[in-house]
Amino acid sequence: MKSILRFSVGAVLSAALAAMPLVGASAKDTVKIAFIGPLSGGTASIGVGGRNSTELAVRLRNADPKAKYTYELFAQDDECKPNVGVQAATKAAADRKVIGGVTHYCSAVAMSTVDIYHKFNLPVIVWGAVLPDITYANDYAEVHRVNGTMINQNQVAADFMTKQGYKTWVILHDTTDYGKGHNTYFSKYLTQDGGKILATFGVTSDQQDFTAELTKAKELKPDVIYFGGLTPLGVRIRQQMDKLGIKAQFQGASGIVSDAFIEGLDNKLAEGTLAFREGAPVEKLPGGQYFMKEYDKAKFDQGPDAYGPFAFAAANLLMDAIEKVGPDRKKVTAYLGKIENRDSIVGPITFDDHGQNSVAAITKYVIQDGKWVLWEDSEYGAGKRKLVGK
Amino acid sequence: MDLLGQYLINGLMLGTIYALVAVGFTLFFGVLDVIKFSHGDVLMVGAFTGFTAASAAGALGFHHPLAQLAATVVFALAGTALLGAVIAKWLILPLKNAPRLNILLATLMLGTALRESVRLFYPDGSNPKAFPSLLPTSAWQFGNFTLRADSAILVVTGIAVIVGLHLLINRTRLGLAIRAVAQDEETARTMGINYTLIVLVTFALGSSIAAVAGVMDGLYYNEINFGMGLLLGLIGFSAAIIGGLGNLYGAILGGFLFAALQMIGAVALPFASAYKDVFAFAVVIALMAWKPTGLIPERSSDRV
Repeated sequence: MKSILRFSVGAVLSAALAAMPLVGASAKDTVKIAFIGPLSGGTASIGVGGRNSTELAVRLRNADPKAKYTYELFAQDDECKPNVGVQAATKAAADRKVIGGVTHYCSAVAMSTVDIYHKFNLPVIVWGAVLPDITYANDYAEVHRVNGTMINQNQVAADFMTKQGYKTWVILHDTTDYGKGHNTYFSKYLTQDGGKILATFGVTSDQQDFTAELTKAKELKPDVIYFGGLTPLGVRIRQQMDKLGIKAQFQGASGIVSDAFIEGLDNKLAEGTLAFREGAPVEKLPGGQYFMKEYDKAKFDQGPDAYGPFAFAAANLLMDAIEKVGPDRKKVTAYLGKIENRDSIVGPITFDDHGQNSVAAITKYVIQDGKWVLWEDSEYGAGKRKLVGK
Repeated sequence: MDLLGQYLINGLMLGTIYALVAVGFTLFFGVLDVIKFSHGDVLMVGAFTGFTAASAAGALGFHHPLAQLAATVVFALAGTALLGAVIAKWLILPLKNAPRLNILLATLMLGTALRESVRLFYPDGSNPKAFPSLLPTSAWQFGNFTLRADSAILVVTGIAVIVGLHLLINRTRLGLAIRAVAQDEETARTMGINYTLIVLVTFALGSSIAAVAGVMDGLYYNEINFGMGLLLGLIGFSAAIIGGLGNLYGAILGGFLFAALQMIGAVALPFASAYKDVFAFAVVIALMAWKPTGLIPERSSDRV
């Protein structure tokens, strides 16, 4: 026993000695930040994009000689399932080296984890979930969000769609908090703008067959079929609309703005799909160009997808805070609460009383030739191509 | 009227898939009096085997959809037939004289093991896979009713498989042997029937029919995932139960009945369509209370 101990102490010492020159004279303390998102399951491409973007932020910071700390990423998979998310959140929050988190794309997961972050005083910045209640239904100082909420998103969506001249809708939404929220806000703004809702169907979040709902929808002959939910169901619904020969414009929420939506469908089927997302378009911002360049340089096996830039911005904000006030959860929370008009690659960030970024630009997207294109830049926006029924 | 046609074809499609799963449950129960709960996951393994075969065929340069389809079907059927026989030989036959509950539990656990293995060991197995469309997608319009060639082919194939199974059981020597074993093991043995072989063949047969359902499901929805067998297995089992476990026609009837219930639950009832499974399963419970032995009760003489 003793000899083993002596041996291991010796090994550790020599390893430490060997590592010394690499670290350099001023050895920095290591600080962990957590990333939690869906790394597997139907929305994995968004989650992996977010994780890569966070990792990129960490790498860039570690390469910066002015940084006071060495950062380490603690990435966890929430599988887009609340029960798994709670475990991941607890694991991150219970690790005292973790000072902050970049957390959650799925609203249902984010909703179920906010209590944990509050209990453990762990400051987190939501990078993708859009349900308003995540920030507004509590007064937890720990919870912040860089992306906008579905309220603004649906307001713009309803306004835009009615201006295109569409009159009637059939709404499908999943029955999680996320889908129900989309249904509530879209219906509210659509009715205000004079649109007519012919029918609303709530569907379970793992449903495979939508032919019954869609056949009913077909009977009602709506101009538009709206889906409030995430990519996997969006793909199935769009596919089954085609199987049933439904000729209506397909409109999604931010939940389908992902590369996986296009990959899951034929080009022909994806073409012309509309969706709306909060946040300024990254490719239009000077910081966005820099982000894309660095991301390409890092050679990840997958793109940042739709929400990667938000995760990148959130991670940077978190590390800025740690640089400023040190690795202390409460101090970081206090610092984040005072963020105002801070430049980031997704536009200026200002947190309101609830930690919500109040600067909410909404971007309109249409799929053109297998890519999500900004409406203003698309041939649809220019009038060269027509949406369904126009 | 034309919409009724659309509902009918949707229901037929679902009903055929359910019936194919239910038939397996009823075959196993008929021959060995066991309930094999891993059936749904065997279906999932079949769909994944087919998917892998199609991708492999594509990678080897066979780009014609028919070639890929042939590879899918052949490998899916052969793979699951083998899997079914292996399960029968090394899990179910050794437990034959154990309490029924043990077999039920053992197969339930096996199902979970299969499901988790695909999730963990299949490349990127926890994500849904886009199953290729290998069937022609041309469509015919009849007013409001759209019939797609691929849906039609799938329904016809499914029904042909069911009819084929019926003929196999009732018109061939193999079918005679299966019926004999189902009726009385001892007598069948004394008549010179190779009991073990017949049991293995029955399990291979039932499992490959599940693979047909799995591949159909993949071709129809263009998507498969590791958890697809869970609900399909449960629905297939319920269909076999309401039809009368052990009776082939009962299983088919049960499958179509369940699909019809789901359609009614989604369309005709005033509550949200998310509750269609709640409605369908509630009716199944009511039916079981009304007719505990199923709609077409098993008589010992016409088992299987």
